[in-house]
Amino acid sequence: MTVTAEGPLPERTYDVAVVGAGVVGCAIARELARHARLRIALVEAQDDVGQGTSKANTAILHTGFDATPGSLEARLVREGYQRLAAYAAECGIPVERVGALLVAWDEEQLAALPRLAEKAERNDCPDTRLLGADELYAREPHLGPGALGALHVPGESIICPWTTTLAYATQAVRAGVDLHLNTRVEQSGRDGRGHLLTTSRGTLRARRLVNAAGLHADTLDRALGHDDFTVTPRRGQLIVHDKLARPLVRHILLPVPTALGKGVLVAPTVYGNVLLGPTAEDLHDKRATGSTAEGLALLREKGGRILPALLREEVTAVYAGLRAATEHEDYRITAHPEQAYVTVGGIRSTGLTASLAIAVHVVGLLTDTGLDPGPARDLDPVRMPNLGEAFPRAHQRPELIAADPEYGTLVCHCERVSRGEIRDALAGTIPPRTLDGLRRRTRARAGRCQGFYCGAAVRQLFEEARP
Amino acid sequence: MTADRRVDVLVVGAGPAGLAAAARLAAAGAGRVEVLEREAQAGGVPRHCAHGGFGTWTHPLTGPGYARLLVEAATHAGAVLRTGVTVLDWAGPRTLTTVGPQGLESIEAEAVVLATGSRERPRTARLVPGTRPVGVYTTGELQQAVHLFGQSIGARAVVVGAERVSYSAADTLRTAGVAVVALLTEHPRAQAPLPRAQSARLGRRVPLLTDTTVTELLGHGRLSAVRVRHRDGRTATLPCDTVVFTGDFVPENELARRAGITLDGSPHTSRPGVFAVGAVLHPGQRARAATWAGAESGGAVLEWLAGGDWPAHRSV
Ligand SMILES: Cc1cc2nc3c(=O)[nH]c(=O)nc-3n(C[C@H](O)[C@H](O)[C@H](O)COP(=O)(O)OP(=O)(O)OC[C@H]3O[C@@H](n4cnc5c(N)ncnc54)[C@H](O)[C@@H]3O)c2cc1C
Ligand SMILES: Cc1cc2nc3c(=O)[nH]c(=O)nc-3n(C[C@H](O)[C@H](O)[C@H](O)COP(=O)(O)OP(=O)(O)OC[C@H]3O[C@@H](n4cnc5c(N)ncnc54)[C@H](O)[C@@H]3O)c2cc1C
Repeated sequence: MTVTAEGPLPERTYDVAVVGAGVVGCAIARELARHARLRIALVEAQDDVGQGTSKANTAILHTGFDATPGSLEARLVREGYQRLAAYAAECGIPVERVGALLVAWDEEQLAALPRLAEKAERNDCPDTRLLGADELYAREPHLGPGALGALHVPGESIICPWTTTLAYATQAVRAGVDLHLNTRVEQSGRDGRGHLLTTSRGTLRARRLVNAAGLHADTLDRALGHDDFTVTPRRGQLIVHDKLARPLVRHILLPVPTALGKGVLVAPTVYGNVLLGPTAEDLHDKRATGSTAEGLALLREKGGRILPALLREEVTAVYAGLRAATEHEDYRITAHPEQAYVTVGGIRSTGLTASLAIAVHVVGLLTDTGLDPGPARDLDPVRMPNLGEAFPRAHQRPELIAADPEYGTLVCHCERVSRGEIRDALAGTIPPRTLDGLRRRTRARAGRCQGFYCGAAVRQLFEEARP
Repeated sequence: MTADRRVDVLVVGAGPAGLAAAARLAAAGAGRVEVLEREAQAGGVPRHCAHGGFGTWTHPLTGPGYARLLVEAATHAGAVLRTGVTVLDWAGPRTLTTVGPQGLESIEAEAVVLATGSRERPRTARLVPGTRPVGVYTTGELQQAVHLFGQSIGARAVVVGAERVSYSAADTLRTAGVAVVALLTEHPRAQAPLPRAQSARLGRRVPLLTDTTVTELLGHGRLSAVRVRHRDGRTATLPCDTVVFTGDFVPENELARRAGITLDGSPHTSRPGVFAVGAVLHPGQRARAATWAGAESGGAVLEWLAGGDWPAHRSV
């Protein structure tokens, strides 16, 4: 198993190099790893997998009910939904099928619901249902006043985005993929044997190249001579509310979509918090993942209308992610056979859901460009530690604590993370290199106190393991 | 659900309030008095207040010394102290589920005393915008990092707040070799007693920015500066690699809320037989006041154990 984060890169020529270890790049590497004869590199600029947009989204496993029928995105979201739901069950990635309610707040929105139901039908999502105000309030008693009705989409689910990305990457690395972290691809060239990537850690050679660089996919694409799309980061700020707010909401509460986007939603998380967001702000800075006073004020204003009681609960965290929006209304997944190169760009606001389907699609395109992947095998299953409240956490499993008392010793109290889970994460296939990485793997320090009680103790465990 | 075990009094939290309540109850012969503490060491917040000010004129004590004294008093009186045990939730009106290295257990009690304390509101809950860099603390985390673990902190710090605890944070920073750039408060003057504030300002030359709020944290990876704004509209950027959010206490009241139990400032909660005492009732309460309140609440618990009535609850 090879995970590197420093020093020179291996001299060997890889069959395929995947640039970008977000949820999409990791899914592609995993899919390629099913072919034992391929030598694969997964190359990531940052010090962990899933540190880009994949760590900061709304964490919804979409049915694709509102996608544009006939688009590539619609197909891959629909397929990805099925694939990821099955994969999650197999690996222990927490998913809860809570369902969504598209709430109509005025007559115009109410009138739009039947059309949305029809669109859902065309997107192979036939089990939606219109609800009157009474049934809506029976389902969501804390909803603010004035809602007229809703469209119920029972398949919409919530999922843990960090476990998903980490599961793909772990399985890929265990199956022989070389993961090179802290490796930014700066230039690309070619020689007789294929691609020559100049990276922050030296040269990397590969016969075939997959560009899954998220927000930077356009830059790399241009370096390869294409001018197909430009990424305009669209920021989404989100507020995570205290777990004590969880009983206030049962479904994902969506606004009726407008031309301006999907709007602000209220949704439970698999960890038992309540999310409010996201904003949608077109920016130019691809590093602008900060929150703003205006953004937070806007969210609280909208949230106060959807679920007034939410504003009375404490806020646990605030974050922002950047969608890789482009001038096109669909994903930009393009094969360039002459260059032995596939671009996976413009994976906007559905990439988590679609990831496994994107991966299958991309491996298909690589094969079309002449890659002979050889026979496929089933990968050894991975079993991920459970971070979700709907499934038993380590400290809730008597048999686990009896076998190893470290699972009964809690370190992070708000999120109830045991010393055993922290130890396991630090010894994982892809160990965290920062406290944030540890948090995404265990939830340690992710709770309401933000480290008041456990911050120093968690840091101590981290530093002992990684001197 | 039947409990695994029964005790007479179950105290949740071994801080000053819980320890004092347990000491009083055990000494008065209340039967089996068990104190559950989720940390490895009992003592609550004073465990990591390395400074003095916890004793009296004649008997000065540091926080850890004070914590030791309270632990000794409780165990000496006959209370059973179990550390490393977290109370998770309720399994009945006065039955609590717990977890520790020995496993999961449910314990039923005649009387339950919630003494779970309070904490400082962190940056996120204060909705301070900006990036999410390393170097953002509360005093609680800072004190533990420096005094319990000897961790390195940074070079230049801004302290948000000018309460007593804010000056403790400034002291801890200096102990750790961190220069304190400024204290700032949204109020027109410091909230701490005058001598404390003056000694920091004059003796140590730490500027206090009044009528000032933090409007943004800057920096990718590590904190690089905080942006501040004065009430009159002036703004400034203070370069620093550390910021400590102090005070602004909130109760650690999850257990009460999970059961829909309301607190009204008195030791009697809305649920008969369930008491609350210390900083969970009065967030930020000083340690000695919490001790005193803990001992006093013992009287109310004894009355209940003797078959006394439950006073009507003032709902808030
Ligand atoms: C606010 C918001 C809400 C969202 N909600 C949802 C949702 O509910 N459901 C859903 O399915 N999707 C959602 N999405 C979309 C989803 O998060 C993205 O589509 C998905 O994460 C994209 O993954 P990615 O791997 O393409 O990109 P990223 O995660 O950004 O990964 C790209 C990686 O490439 C690396 N990289 C870039 N340039 C280079 C280089 N030159 N060399 C090496 N590495 C490089 C980056 O460091 C990064 O790690 C949301 C997005 C946002 C912003
Ligand atoms: C950073 C800081 C500095 C302070 N400095 C001073 C000072 O210098 N002088 C002063 O007089 N006062 C100071 N105070 C105030 C004072 O120390 C506290 O308010 C006081 O300790 C309150 O006592 P308590 O017993 O109510 O709560 P705490 O001391 O907070 O004790 C509560 C205990 O309950 C435990 N607990 C909570 N939930 C559970 C659970 N579910 N299961 C098991 N155990 C649980 C906690 O681990 C903790 O040990 C400070 C407070 C803070 C936060």
